[in-house]
Amino acid sequence: MLLEIDDVSLLYGRIQALHGISLTVGEGEIVALIGANGAGKSTTMRAISGIRPIASGAIRFEGEDISKLRADLRVRRGLCQAPEGRGIFPGMTVLENLDMGAYTRRDRAGIAQDLNRVLELFPRLAERRKQAGGTLSGGEQQMLAVGRALMSRPKLLLLDEPSMGLAPMLIQQIFSIITEINEQGTTILLVEQNAQQALARAHRAYVLETGRIVKSGTGAELLHDPSVKEAYLGVA
Amino acid sequence: MTTTVNPPTPEQQQGIGTRLRHGREAIAQRWHDAPRWVRWAALVALIAFFYALPNKEFYQYLGPIPTTGSNFTQVLFTVSIYVLLAVGLNIVVGFAGLLDLGYFGFFAVGAYTVAVLTSPSSNLKTLWPWLLVVPIAIALTMVSGVMLGTPTLRLRGDYLALVTLGFAEMIRIAAVSSDFLKGQRGFNQIPHPPGKYADGKPFFGVLDARPYYWLVLTLIILVVIGVRNLTHSRVGRAWISIREDEDAAQLMGVPTFKFKLWAFASGAAIAGLAGALFAGKQNFVNSQNFELLNSIIILAAVILGGSGNIVGAIVGGGLVAYMIERFRGIELFGVELYEYRFLFFGLVLVVMMIFRPQGLIPNRRRAAEFKDRRKEVIVGE
Ligand SMILES: Nc1ncnc2c1ncn2[C@@H]1O[C@H](COP(=O)(O)OP(=O)(O)O)[C@@H](O)[C@H]1O
Ligand SMILES: [Mg+2]
Repeated sequence: MLLEIDDVSLLYGRIQALHGISLTVGEGEIVALIGANGAGKSTTMRAISGIRPIASGAIRFEGEDISKLRADLRVRRGLCQAPEGRGIFPGMTVLENLDMGAYTRRDRAGIAQDLNRVLELFPRLAERRKQAGGTLSGGEQQMLAVGRALMSRPKLLLLDEPSMGLAPMLIQQIFSIITEINEQGTTILLVEQNAQQALARAHRAYVLETGRIVKSGTGAELLHDPSVKEAYLGVA
Repeated sequence: MTTTVNPPTPEQQQGIGTRLRHGREAIAQRWHDAPRWVRWAALVALIAFFYALPNKEFYQYLGPIPTTGSNFTQVLFTVSIYVLLAVGLNIVVGFAGLLDLGYFGFFAVGAYTVAVLTSPSSNLKTLWPWLLVVPIAIALTMVSGVMLGTPTLRLRGDYLALVTLGFAEMIRIAAVSSDFLKGQRGFNQIPHPPGKYADGKPFFGVLDARPYYWLVLTLIILVVIGVRNLTHSRVGRAWISIREDEDAAQLMGVPTFKFKLWAFASGAAIAGLAGALFAGKQNFVNSQNFELLNSIIILAAVILGGSGNIVGAIVGGGLVAYMIERFRGIELFGVELYEYRFLFFGLVLVVMMIFRPQGLIPNRRRAAEFKDRRKEVIVGE
């Protein structure tokens, strides 16, 4: 397993946001984590990235326990997140933002190669390469966040609601790009409220409810699960 | 990756502020478009102007610029110290985005280190020469910066503001009340920097403030070159990323704590240097030199100038310190304008916060960051 989360709990002060969740992500997979607003999806991502310490349990990456590792060292190991709400650097240009994605790397040739790849994946970004990140539209910022994360050449790409706030057309586009990135060899853990799309694209998926994993299975299984349908897909 | 100029974005609203901004952008644009040699020539001329400034033969032609209430050369020295402090605080506040409310505390540490180790009034009686103590003063301020920063910079939020405020106040109280730091009585006969004219008279004397001003001016130039190089390096990129979005910086693999500590400690070191220069000029240091308000003045200067921009910090620091001194000896309704100085800066800051939160000479990024934040506020409503 590339990533193993084993019985992890997390507290915000006295509020417990995660109650012993366990999940795994295998090499080459797209794994989706779906759940309602406030279920703890972003919190799970923060725990994996290391910007929030966990209270108990273990997070293993490539078999090694990284639960106590500093966030920046986790990036060096090959974990990179495009955070919820994009988290791009508003005052930096598109190129500078992408360059920040490669912050941990020193291989200039490789960075240039990945930059070309990202600009090919997102032609919009290529057009706006000199524009300040804060002046991009929501969809463009989302693409920038994903592109920037790719610039670290991660083994595991963590995407927190990449479709949030986007027009339907753009949602389609971003999900196709996610599939494409995966087919090019990057493992992906995808957090989504847009369950329909996420389950259709994912190999496997987990359902999170109030800080607990309540269901898991292949994407197709969950897509046809009556309770999932009712709760997350808006059909009775 | 090098920074490039953005094409000016079309502005919907048209107010005085907007037109002013366009004016400034036009000037900035012209500056950028000017040939390299023109820019160099302008810079050299500007620097030459500031070196010439303290000479009476020169400044007597400058109309109302020389101060009336106090010796202009002395004022220039004070202003230069404030500029150095503003450049240092700009690293902390402007580049790394850390709110340091007690910056003057580091200045005090620098000045007192020199006083304690060089003055015959000191209990230590080491009587070391000034030049030997300067690196010690810088090192000690840096260490105090690290000690202060290590526990607080791990935390988010306003802890740093509170702790730095407390630190400056602690230093002040120690200065006022401890026997070791001599309170009001202070330290006298602090030695001057070394150096002699050809005829054997000391270069750095008691009466003439010009050599001290020239020394500080030279150090400002060196520090600015250093800071500029730093901001164009990986370190600078890390600082900017932390300021713009600390979580995102961490997610990109920036060791945020380490870089915040670096910014904080380098800023402190510059304040320590300024303190050591001040002590070397003053000959006398006592507790009255370190009022809390000084920290606020420097912060105001950085914000006024446009935090995150070195030129802005220089202009802000120079302008604020100069205005304070300019107010001396000018009477309004029978009261010296100097007495109103804090009221005046309070007003200026409030007006700036409303109309131009990014400062007089903002950094291009900063302007975008402010726009971004404004958007966030609207979305959050
Ligand atoms: N910084 C925080 N401090 C306190 N509580 C938080 C914080 N962030 C999230 N929470 C709480 O933790 C729970 C999970 O939030 P989150 O992980 O953001 O949910 P999701 O991403 O699934 O919408 C929510 O109840 C939320 O209110
Ligand atoms: Mg979320």
